Amino acid sequence: MPEGRVRGHLKMELIFFYIFAGLAVATALGVVAFKNPISSAFALVVSFFAISAVYAMLQAHFLAVIQVLVYAGAIMVLFIFVIMLLNLQPEELEERGFSTVFKGAAIVVLTAFCFGLIFLFRQMVFVFPKADASFGTVKEVGKLLFTTYWFPFEYVSILLLVAIIGGVVLAKREL
Amino acid sequence: MILTLAKIVVPLFVILNIIPLLIWLERKGSAYIQDRRGPNRAAIFGVIRLGGLIHSLNDVIKLLFKEDIIPARVNRFFYHLAPFTAMSVALMTFAVIPFAAPMYWKGKLITFQAADLNAGLLFILAIASLGVYGVMLAGWSSNNKYSLLGGLRSSAQMISYEVVMSLAIISILMMAGSLELNQIIQAQGDKVWKWNFLRQPVACLLFIVAMFAESNRLPFDLPEGESELVAGFHVEYSSMKFALFFMAEYTHMIIASAFLSALFFGGWQVPFASTEFLRGHASQVLRIVLAGAILVHFVAGIGLLSRGKTNVLTQKWGDRRDYEAIILGNGALLIALLLGAVLLYFWPIRLGRYGPQIVTAALQAAVFLGKILFFCWVFIWVRWTLPRFRYDQLMRLGWKFMLPLGLANILATGAALLWL
Amino acid sequence: MVTLQHYLILSALLFSIGLAGLVIRRNILIIFMSIELILNAANLVFIAFSRYRANLDGQVAAFFVIAVAAAEAAVGLAIVIAIFRNRSTVKVDELNLMRN
Repeated sequence: MPEGRVRGHLKMELIFFYIFAGLAVATALGVVAFKNPISSAFALVVSFFAISAVYAMLQAHFLAVIQVLVYAGAIMVLFIFVIMLLNLQPEELEERGFSTVFKGAAIVVLTAFCFGLIFLFRQMVFVFPKADASFGTVKEVGKLLFTTYWFPFEYVSILLLVAIIGGVVLAKREL
Repeated sequence: MILTLAKIVVPLFVILNIIPLLIWLERKGSAYIQDRRGPNRAAIFGVIRLGGLIHSLNDVIKLLFKEDIIPARVNRFFYHLAPFTAMSVALMTFAVIPFAAPMYWKGKLITFQAADLNAGLLFILAIASLGVYGVMLAGWSSNNKYSLLGGLRSSAQMISYEVVMSLAIISILMMAGSLELNQIIQAQGDKVWKWNFLRQPVACLLFIVAMFAESNRLPFDLPEGESELVAGFHVEYSSMKFALFFMAEYTHMIIASAFLSALFFGGWQVPFASTEFLRGHASQVLRIVLAGAILVHFVAGIGLLSRGKTNVLTQKWGDRRDYEAIILGNGALLIALLLGAVLLYFWPIRLGRYGPQIVTAALQAAVFLGKILFFCWVFIWVRWTLPRFRYDQLMRLGWKFMLPLGLANILATGAALLWL
Repeated sequence: MVTLQHYLILSALLFSIGLAGLVIRRNILIIFMSIELILNAANLVFIAFSRYRANLDGQVAAFFVIAVAAAEAAVGLAIVIAIFRNRSTVKVDELNLMRN
């Protein structure tokens, strides 16, 4: 394989990673910062899209599509439905003073610093091994789900049934 | 890279050009179903009317130049975002639809879809769930209680019938054993009796109904019901944004037809002519297709010329409109002559190494397009034939009838696959 | 080239932003959305390590996290609707019936 082409591909991967990661982080900040709850919800939808793109870069094809289908397509629809039904207004200004922004920034910096201790291991570069073409495909994940992890699978389906019934019961006007 | 760009641009171009054709088809089709003529006045230079096709061009120009009214106190960002979301989500689905069988070009396998995803069917479901956002945003951001109601109803209807669609797709998935659309189409083969609409009739019916509900077409038209909620969720939109919603609805219709024909009716498979057969006999196929085209144009030309002559002789309308048939007839005969010349000149057709594959791909894409247009016509036909569902009837149908039917179908398919 | 650290730092950033949102915001729906962000950060770590170890178990775990998050969002939002019907507010400060 010619050297230039390999480096070109790797550079493209880095560029795409920064684009999607930057989008994910920027919209995550939007979720926390917007006054209007619907703007927050939409920022979260875009963030989920960006994270789904990052999953696709990690060869998790099935999970990337499931992320869009379940998170961006169903859970966020539910959120936006509730916001519209409750007719929530944008929040008032006086509770978002300077001290709140300061607290938020402090939390972000401290947590990221704690995790960022990873940089101490800079001399060990954790390069990804080469994965074969069937890694992360629907077939392989499906095989695992139905053989090794069949019990959590059935359990989660019962959990979802309970959640459906619970949701209907909790939100009824009269029982 | 250029190939991928071409694979994105060409289907997009074709789809966006089918939309005016569909608008014409809807107006003329609905008119003839209702025993009237439909619009046939708009003309170019007073002569070319093409049976009302120019009206679509008129619509485009009119909608471009209309005043763009934005109501007061709307949330500007979402108001402008909603039609854009609706249209782009509808167009994104075309990335996974294959238009022809995969072929080898200079050693590389080329699939005729922009994104040969491993989880193609799931991508369809994912994008269908995203279609809800355009409608909800439009309904909410218009600062109008009627459009909020229309938007909420429409989104509730769409998410209910997404479940039905998923269940129908699961039965197809079980039969084909793969989520890639190419595999599903190839598994259907070219014999019509082996296509999925005969092997899974219940799933086909469920899918058709779910697709009607997903694209908000009659009989599931209540959210944009013209007599109840004015225009539902897009009542406050004018000119180009309304045009975008309108086009998004037709694009949904085209997507629904494309998926219906891909999943259940063999997609790009030419009936009774498999890919190997076509590639083996490419020159004969090309000759037959050319001869057929010449015949059609010749007959059309003669018919139009005779009609034109009677028009001019009896002065049917008395002005320039009489000459339209003559012009079109002459045009058709000219095309027939050109094709005849091409056929005779290239009679010993020498297709190179890739010639048969290109011919096959073109024929399969044309057959696919024909199937899409046929199902679009079925959509239009049903729209002007059936009355509208009431909202609670619609919800009851989706949850209490179609969902158990879909589950029973999956059980039956599973049992049949296991023990037959 | 993109290494494991890139993905881990992205996940850390998302986690900390979600945590900040959880602590600062008073609107319960935004708090829920921050919780979803935190869950996504965890998913990202699962999938990154699954790719690093070439072992699909991480992806299966992420799948279950998504499913459970869906269930939790459904029930949580139903509770929010029930609370809103009774108290007409979604600010967490005012939901203090059990205090004192």
